[in-house]
Amino acid sequence: MAGKIQYEYKDDNLVKSEPNKYVEEELKSTEVVINLGPQHPSTHGVLRLEVLAEGELIKDIVPHLGYLHRCFEKHAESLPYNQIIPYVDRMDYLAAMNSEHAYAMGVEKMLGIQDKIPKRVEFIRVLVAELNRMSSHFVAIGTYAMDIGAFTPFFWMMRDREHIQRLLEWVSGARMLYNYIWIGGLFYDLPVGFEERCMEFVRYFKPKLKELEEIVIQNKIFIERTANVGVLSRDVAINYGVTGPMLRASGLRLDLRKVDGYSVYPELDFDIPIGEGKMGAVGDCWDRTYVRVLEVHESIKIIEQCLHRLKTDHKRTREFNPQEVVPKKVRPKSGDFYVRAENPKGELGFFFRSDGRSDIPFRCKARACSFVNLSVIPELGKGNLIADLVAILGSIDIVLGEVDR
Amino acid sequence: MQLEDIIKILENKLDKTSFLTIDEQSSPTALIVPDTDLRSVCQVLFEDSKLYFDMLSCISGIDNGVEANTFEVAYNLYSIPFDFQLMLKVILDRENAKIDTISDIWKTANWHERETYDLFGITFEGHPDLRRILLPADWEGYPLRKDYKHQEYYRGIKVEY
Repeated sequence: MAGKIQYEYKDDNLVKSEPNKYVEEELKSTEVVINLGPQHPSTHGVLRLEVLAEGELIKDIVPHLGYLHRCFEKHAESLPYNQIIPYVDRMDYLAAMNSEHAYAMGVEKMLGIQDKIPKRVEFIRVLVAELNRMSSHFVAIGTYAMDIGAFTPFFWMMRDREHIQRLLEWVSGARMLYNYIWIGGLFYDLPVGFEERCMEFVRYFKPKLKELEEIVIQNKIFIERTANVGVLSRDVAINYGVTGPMLRASGLRLDLRKVDGYSVYPELDFDIPIGEGKMGAVGDCWDRTYVRVLEVHESIKIIEQCLHRLKTDHKRTREFNPQEVVPKKVRPKSGDFYVRAENPKGELGFFFRSDGRSDIPFRCKARACSFVNLSVIPELGKGNLIADLVAILGSIDIVLGEVDR
Repeated sequence: MQLEDIIKILENKLDKTSFLTIDEQSSPTALIVPDTDLRSVCQVLFEDSKLYFDMLSCISGIDNGVEANTFEVAYNLYSIPFDFQLMLKVILDRENAKIDTISDIWKTANWHERETYDLFGITFEGHPDLRRILLPADWEGYPLRKDYKHQEYYRGIKVEY
């Protein structure tokens, strides 16, 4: 359709499609509505925050979502279970392996084959998921430091993340959206020599983590900007359904890897770090960042153990077929299922309804951790300064792909 | 904690008998609650110290289609201290689908209910701020209904791709 203007521009389009909650005429003379986003770099994607401010103080925050809505749930109702995995990747695109892992485990549980998965497959799954957890936390910490005003850590984290991306590209063929973990198995075994390369990366990265702690976490400017800012108390966090590092930073030791003990996590030795309020109150922005750094330490521990097990107990053999138990047709029995797993950002849940007759889900709902974690922002932001809002939003670590789905 | 204990406590507290149905097919096991009792059931589940369901994980709407003529809303609760998961299900009439809000009990419900309203058109009565959340405010229809037909044009852009 050459020459035809597709989009009909009208002045009131925006007002009609996404009206503000606060209308200018009804405000007090001291109040003002400030619009943050949807194209502001500190919103980490396309999020619009309507901020009602009185001077420098925030009185209310109204988030406007949906700019990246890609109809995941509608698509899922017309696709077989195994073909949904690429769509799951695109929800939290910074931690696609973890989302795949959660999804695949959920469908396996519906099929009742969760105990038949070979141990080598499980260890590879945990290995790649923990690598991806690290890279997700790198982005969280790096971009957060940039929000606060430190530019160097972002480059450092992106540099180290690139090593992980390349490792995972070697494994699956894709840098970010892998489609590697399949229902009942894996796309392929690890490439020859992966264990050694991965170990090399761990050895390279350990001193870098110390550097990061020195330049960011212990940095005086960083502490001044984040300590005692955006304090989230434990009760409020639970009531808002906040999960993941955010909830743990508020002082609750809840990690589904330990609580549910799925996959091979019970066989692995790792701790769950929680926020202790070393620099200020428990559950402030500094705690949330520090918990993420500590979780990277724990992920390294898990990766080392997985690599060890993959080289000793569950060695690569010619006979090993990662697709051995991959079902030809995924047809779960009828019923409703809610399955959950620990993603880098919190609890990722999937609600399935299967009618027992087809291999397409009747209903598939994703409980996105970023979506729920973001819903606490009006509570967190109220009463703070506008300059702190960016610090608070960054510490939540949202991925808009998952918020809007 | 067992499901039988939960039912017993609920029946005692609400002074009603056999108003809950167990749905064995679901995992975690689900209780089918009459839509008029949902709020009071949730209140007890949240407040009773022996139950202590302090977290609401998820709310999902389900459309059973035009033939069945029902909607369902599934609530996934989690008790952190007892490590117990419970699903509540409410069956609603497809015409005039209405249910009481629980967003004042668990704040999580606020956005989940808005999403369910947005995609299914189920009204949550007493919700403080029931607006569309993912779609534009002037979008026509509720996309996750089984009989949904999208509009042809939105702002001059063809919707069909």
